[in-house]
Amino acid sequence: MWNSIEGAFREELEALQSRRLRQTVERVYHLVPFYREKLDALGIKPRDIRSVKDLSRLPFTLKQDLRDHYPFGLFAVPMEQVIRIHSSSGTTGKPTVVGYTEHDLKVWNEVMARTMSMGNVGPGDVVHNAYGYGLFTGGLGFHYGGEAVGASVVPSSGGFTKRQLLLMKDFGATALCCTPSFALHLSEVAREEGYDLHNDFKLKAGFFGAEPASEGLRQALRDAWNIQYVEAYGLSEIIGPGVAATCPEGRLHVFEDHFIPEIIDPETGEVLSDGEEGELVITTVTKQALPLLRYRTKDITRLYREPCACGRTLVGMDSIKGRSDDMLIVNGVNVFPSQVEHVLTKVEGTTPNYVIVVDKKGVLDKLEVWVEMDESTFADGIGALETLKRRLETEMLNDLYINVRVKLVEPRTLERSMGKAKRIMDRRESESLERS
Amino acid sequence: MRNKYAVKQLSVFLENRKGRLLEVTETLKNAGVNIRALAMAESAEFGILRLVVNNPEKAKNALSTGGFTVKEQDVFAVEVEDRPGSFFQVVKALAHSDINIDYTYAFVGNSNRAVLIFKVPDEMLNRALESLDRSGIGLVEPLFFYD
Repeated sequence: MWNSIEGAFREELEALQSRRLRQTVERVYHLVPFYREKLDALGIKPRDIRSVKDLSRLPFTLKQDLRDHYPFGLFAVPMEQVIRIHSSSGTTGKPTVVGYTEHDLKVWNEVMARTMSMGNVGPGDVVHNAYGYGLFTGGLGFHYGGEAVGASVVPSSGGFTKRQLLLMKDFGATALCCTPSFALHLSEVAREEGYDLHNDFKLKAGFFGAEPASEGLRQALRDAWNIQYVEAYGLSEIIGPGVAATCPEGRLHVFEDHFIPEIIDPETGEVLSDGEEGELVITTVTKQALPLLRYRTKDITRLYREPCACGRTLVGMDSIKGRSDDMLIVNGVNVFPSQVEHVLTKVEGTTPNYVIVVDKKGVLDKLEVWVEMDESTFADGIGALETLKRRLETEMLNDLYINVRVKLVEPRTLERSMGKAKRIMDRRESESLERS
Repeated sequence: MRNKYAVKQLSVFLENRKGRLLEVTETLKNAGVNIRALAMAESAEFGILRLVVNNPEKAKNALSTGGFTVKEQDVFAVEVEDRPGSFFQVVKALAHSDINIDYTYAFVGNSNRAVLIFKVPDEMLNRALESLDRSGIGLVEPLFFYD
């Protein structure tokens, strides 16, 4: 454990959260016109918020609010105090911009140090950081986290797979930081290049995040590299990676002394109880440059507070089931890519490389899942392959309640970027545009 | 017997897409691989190309590097006279020993001989070879195919 607060009594933790929440509400009310207007409209004065129990009285903040105040409109400090700026990719509409004061960067280093400690990384360890360096928070987040615990950080960034493998082997990397899909790609290329993954590399832990990964993919990475899988959850609006991380017991703990989580019903906004599935909402209580009240992450998960054997009392969270953004509605049924991935990995012998293709056939939606064949899944026999295909289709129908057509495809035909894997091809919109 | 008579066969997964067969054969040509025997199985969406080549190791590397999914398996070959009833004799011998045949393909060799290639379940391979040998059927050593 990096910081004793991670194992503090709940009363102590909640007292700290309440104190920090009061300060945050006070600050945003006086420093951010957007929040002042919102609170005034609700008739709430900062003094009305006494403890974390009052959290649900506060208004939500949406990603759209960040866009509407692009670039710096929600900052609570003058630019003289902002010493770092990051930004999201902005694939849809304007990018979202986040700023950090010197204190914010200290907080970030602190939570990243806790993350690295989850994988027992410290002085003497070599951290191979293959997250992209740049506006994306992954690269610098893990970089400074690795330095904060005293490890030797190799800032390799993304791309150049073969050279990365060479450096990982020659420098004796003990920790790997990258997206799960890139870690899988690295393992595939390593095998092709003739590496012995367990003996040529010294990896003990992998810090994977920035995209959801099914349990099947996690296990595949644990087995391929013989490592502890640490999920690093975060989002740039809140801080970047470092919002939550998996302990050695396999539980994702939210660093809630800085980021208070709630689960809400995404339709009604109502707060749900522990154990209920809904949208994760986070309030930052120590951020200075960009404090956010009840930020809607769009991530679907659950929280639970049963004690954890690792000794941390911090709230537990399920891995993200999917983003309410990623959710596909196919003929009225909700489908998450993670559900498809779950079926693929459940059916023995299928790798988690796939793409979901949604199309219109007349008035109905048509869902196809393209699955890559690799040497382990490729049974030499038309009958065996047809059986595999039918079994996948049956399992998808059972699990997803939807008719899916499975198509077996050759490897590498599916687009796999160095960053986030592209899992969905939705052709419905483009077609209707073409028609009009 | 397996060590003596098992022949390496490569199976290549192919989507039914225009030009794919051209790319496989071009890859093999560029690698200088000679195809000794081949068979193609196909369904509506994909096919499997099965090959016995003069250098399986080289062919496999070239195909894997070229982005194809390749599986290497053991098959065996027998040589028979090119006349009515030869194929029957071989199949009968296998049937009598309760050996399932996954698939088979053949090519006409030199003069009046034909070569038959058989794929049987892996755990039955040794038993198949023994029963054919007992029946006096000529098994072909892999050196016949390889360089």
